[in-house]
Amino acid sequence: MDRSEIEKLAHLARLEIRPEEIDEVATRISNVLALVDQLQALDTGNVAPMAHPLDAVQRLRADEVSEPNRRDEFLAIAPATENGLYLVPKVID
Amino acid sequence: MHNLTIAQMIRELRQKTFSSVELTEHFLARIERLDSNYNSFVTVTREQALQQARQADARLAAGNAPALCGIPLAHKDIFCTTGVRTSCGSKMLDNFVPPYDATIVENYLRDGVVMLGKTNMDEFAMGSSNETSYYGPVKNPWALNCVPGGSSGGSAASVAARITPAATASDTGGSIRQPASLCGITGIKPTYGRVSRWGMIAFASSLDQAGLMTRTAEDAALLLNTMASFDAKDSTCVDEPIPDYTATLNESLSGLRIGVPKEYFGEGLNEGTARAVEDAIKTFEKLGASVHSVSLPHSHIAVPAYYVIAPAECSANLSRFDGVRYGYRCANPQSLEDLYKRSRSEGFGEEVKRRIMVGCYALSAGYYDAYYAKAQKARRLIKQDFVDAFKTVDVIMGPTAPSPAFEFGAKSKDPVAMYLEDIYTIATNLAGLPGMSIPCGLVDDKPVGLQIIGNYFAEARMLNIAHQFQQNTQFHDLAPAGI
Repeated sequence: MDRSEIEKLAHLARLEIRPEEIDEVATRISNVLALVDQLQALDTGNVAPMAHPLDAVQRLRADEVSEPNRRDEFLAIAPATENGLYLVPKVID
Repeated sequence: MHNLTIAQMIRELRQKTFSSVELTEHFLARIERLDSNYNSFVTVTREQALQQARQADARLAAGNAPALCGIPLAHKDIFCTTGVRTSCGSKMLDNFVPPYDATIVENYLRDGVVMLGKTNMDEFAMGSSNETSYYGPVKNPWALNCVPGGSSGGSAASVAARITPAATASDTGGSIRQPASLCGITGIKPTYGRVSRWGMIAFASSLDQAGLMTRTAEDAALLLNTMASFDAKDSTCVDEPIPDYTATLNESLSGLRIGVPKEYFGEGLNEGTARAVEDAIKTFEKLGASVHSVSLPHSHIAVPAYYVIAPAECSANLSRFDGVRYGYRCANPQSLEDLYKRSRSEGFGEEVKRRIMVGCYALSAGYYDAYYAKAQKARRLIKQDFVDAFKTVDVIMGPTAPSPAFEFGAKSKDPVAMYLEDIYTIATNLAGLPGMSIPCGLVDDKPVGLQIIGNYFAEARMLNIAHQFQQNTQFHDLAPAGI
């Protein structure tokens, strides 16, 4: 992987990589990708992908309110709140 | 007191040899005196523990208390605990105090189990040596210059050092079995869906499973009785009948068919480990079992498939850490993007960031079919290998880890070398099968484990097999020097 690919990947992951770290990150990620590339030699022509080991499907339930409102408790552990809302830097001018 | 098993403690509590408060005090004192050697606890909950122990004593005095009432237990710091910081070994959650309990934590509270504290772990359960923890590495009680394994290294070391009778843990690719092997204790990862994942901080949701680390299989059976439950709050939990896991511990192993996969004894396996595992299998023959060679032909693609699926799911799960709702937030964010990027870059450690990036790559436009879909197909082939093997054998046995505990730093600079630590355990997670590790010998004065892989929901049979081995051998009684 080259530097621009790493920079693009870091942006997709919303991570910041310092310029001096990029080469090392590129080497290590390339090594991991070389490991997983062993999969490419595998014949999976007629194989269906597997998401759940027991091929379970999503259970449904009645559309009823089951969770209590715990807004205050959840806001209490947030880094910054105001008037019952999460506070973030200005997004729209 | 700390040399007793939980099964023995249950009897002594009822005979009033000691109270739960005395038992709890004893373990708290051991943690306070000894854990500076191991760093196995991130948080010790002394006051809550003693309060829970007093309540347990009252329930025991009133009669009809559940079996585990008054027994102390440590929780891996991946399980949410109301009012007690749950860090997941990360700076990201260093300040996170959950307002709710994980279902398994609730189950143990219901049955009167006393929580001693929260155990150290690799950051977000990503690691096989406990070296990625924000709180520093855990040391192996058998050799302080060596790793305890990971990611449940704190749970494993604390049980091995007998500073807690048992600990909860989680296993995504071997995180219960590999540290159990390296620390000389018993570990069980149940079938995917047997135990609720609700309130267990997610790493790779289709692989994560909670389980236990104990000194004996009997203790694991006792604890699994409370841990296992159907939970509507976990959409992947499976609604299957839950047996009493202690009821069948004493069944005979006569006629048991053991499958030994030749792929688990190839290049890379330590000679001493191979000998110890082969000897253990011979012990089962003496107990009436027959041994059969089986093949798991897709074993070699388990690690590559895992290192697509686990990072892909991790990158999705860890996208929730945004510096907005809870957890770490960077100072003076200049924009929303700056807030996301710096909070995440400063809050996550190197291995976590690497896996998020690998996962993003595998899921990104143009690569999805080549990586994630391909790995999901490989996963089905791996599962089918086991399904075929279980047509002719009842259980599969082999090594848990390729070698005994290694020294700090030996693999931490090379992710791929570290990933191969889990070469024998990962396939079980991909297939969703239950797995155990039990001690089966010492190599260079360090423990090695025998892995037992069962069919779906065969936990009771596996515990029976492990218990019978422990009734006829002494490996599980060995303790590190000075313990």
